[in-house]
Amino acid sequence: MIDLLRSWLDERYQLNSFLEWARHKTVPVHRWTVFYYTGGVCLFLFLVQIATGILLLMYYRVGAESSYESVRFITSQVEYGWLMRSVHSWSANLLILFVLVHMLSIYFMRAYRSPRELSWVSGCFLLGIMMAFGFSGYLLPWNELAYFATKVGTDIVGQLPIVGGWLLKLVRGGEEVTGATLSRFFGLHVAILPAAASGLIGLHLLFVQVQGMSHGEDAKKHMPFFPNFVLRDLTLWLVVLNVICVLAVFFPWELGLKADALKSAPAGIKPEWYFLSQYQLLKVLPAKILFIPGELWGIGMFSAVGALALLLPFWEPRLPKSGRERLLTILGAGGLAAAAALTLWGHLS
Amino acid sequence: MKRRSFINLLLGLGTAGGVGAGLFPILRYLLPPESAEAEPETLSLGPAEQFPKGAGKIFKFGKHPVLVIRTKEGNFHALAATCTHLDCLVQYRDDLDMIWCACHGGKYDLSGRNISGPPPKPLAQYAVQVVAGNLVIASAQA
Repeated sequence: MIDLLRSWLDERYQLNSFLEWARHKTVPVHRWTVFYYTGGVCLFLFLVQIATGILLLMYYRVGAESSYESVRFITSQVEYGWLMRSVHSWSANLLILFVLVHMLSIYFMRAYRSPRELSWVSGCFLLGIMMAFGFSGYLLPWNELAYFATKVGTDIVGQLPIVGGWLLKLVRGGEEVTGATLSRFFGLHVAILPAAASGLIGLHLLFVQVQGMSHGEDAKKHMPFFPNFVLRDLTLWLVVLNVICVLAVFFPWELGLKADALKSAPAGIKPEWYFLSQYQLLKVLPAKILFIPGELWGIGMFSAVGALALLLPFWEPRLPKSGRERLLTILGAGGLAAAAALTLWGHLS
Repeated sequence: MKRRSFINLLLGLGTAGGVGAGLFPILRYLLPPESAEAEPETLSLGPAEQFPKGAGKIFKFGKHPVLVIRTKEGNFHALAATCTHLDCLVQYRDDLDMIWCACHGGKYDLSGRNISGPPPKPLAQYAVQVVAGNLVIASAQA
């Protein structure tokens, strides 16, 4: 029966040529091979997000008068609703963590170099999309923390010269963070970002398949992609799923208090860990530096770091060859240490 | 100009015009209409004596949140409740006798002057009066 189906598909779609290609695909084996699995984990976590996101959509009702109530209903009345929400939140956090680990491994392995520039660029855009997912999804429960995080996050956009005011209204759907903002963020979170992410992930995977994995030419050993690498990948996915479930059961995501536009920001308010370094920088910058508002310096610094990272494969080859490797390692390690120190400082202060 | 270049130019202009004609209404659609709500000049907040000493509360004054403070000594202050740094809502801290923003740690004195942390500007002041026993706030222009 299976053979019949296979030959039927092969007649129409040349299935055998694809299977032949998959049979010959190999993965280089060297001391950093373990980092190849981080990309697969990102894909798995994205699939978990899609699955749990669709399930949450069955009960979630967007609106200033219904969002908080519907999330409370999901977590307190719907069977396993608390599990779905916590799995969604934990896997979102792990997804950003794994995307960062994946990108750092690519950086330190110099796997972004020619001919893989576009794999790196598409990966940078995917990190941006994942952070936008995190930011827009954070507002959807319409709780106190989400409300102020969105007020601050969108106000940063409003600080931009010339287009700031216009962009602020575009993002918020008005001058203030209201139900209109919630509707926009919901649309962004469940329609625009998933479509953009799916397209870009497809493109990213296509680049990897066409060009093969980095360091393939230097590696002395290779392993077959199927079944050796795929089975290892799937085992790791199972481990990650278990970790998420353990986190969701023992550290369920809190809902907090409902957003109130007439209540002061509560003491101890902080953003998610992946925005903590930017938050801490905005907190310590003085009101004005050389007549320019401190937050504009902050925005300028984030933008400069983002642009440098995005264009890394294009400026890095122009560096003088002598001492380049050492300089890149120092830059990477220094940037990572600075971000980690700011994050820790933001967490403790 | 050669005929081919001319046709390419026409095609390019037509495509750009088409894309622009498609994007313009989408962008205009995404920008919400201006609110036609008139701004009030005064707001009555009820009996002044019922307002607890050493506390602050936020009220909506038209579109804007206003922080009304009654100090331990019984004096009233009314200031814009939106932090001038990044839009959070500030609070009155009676332990510090100053206004504090929990988001980034900005501090203001009771006249709204930014005294510490990242806020770049002072908080706008509102006039506050007790009229026939009722607490009334008014915009600075009123």
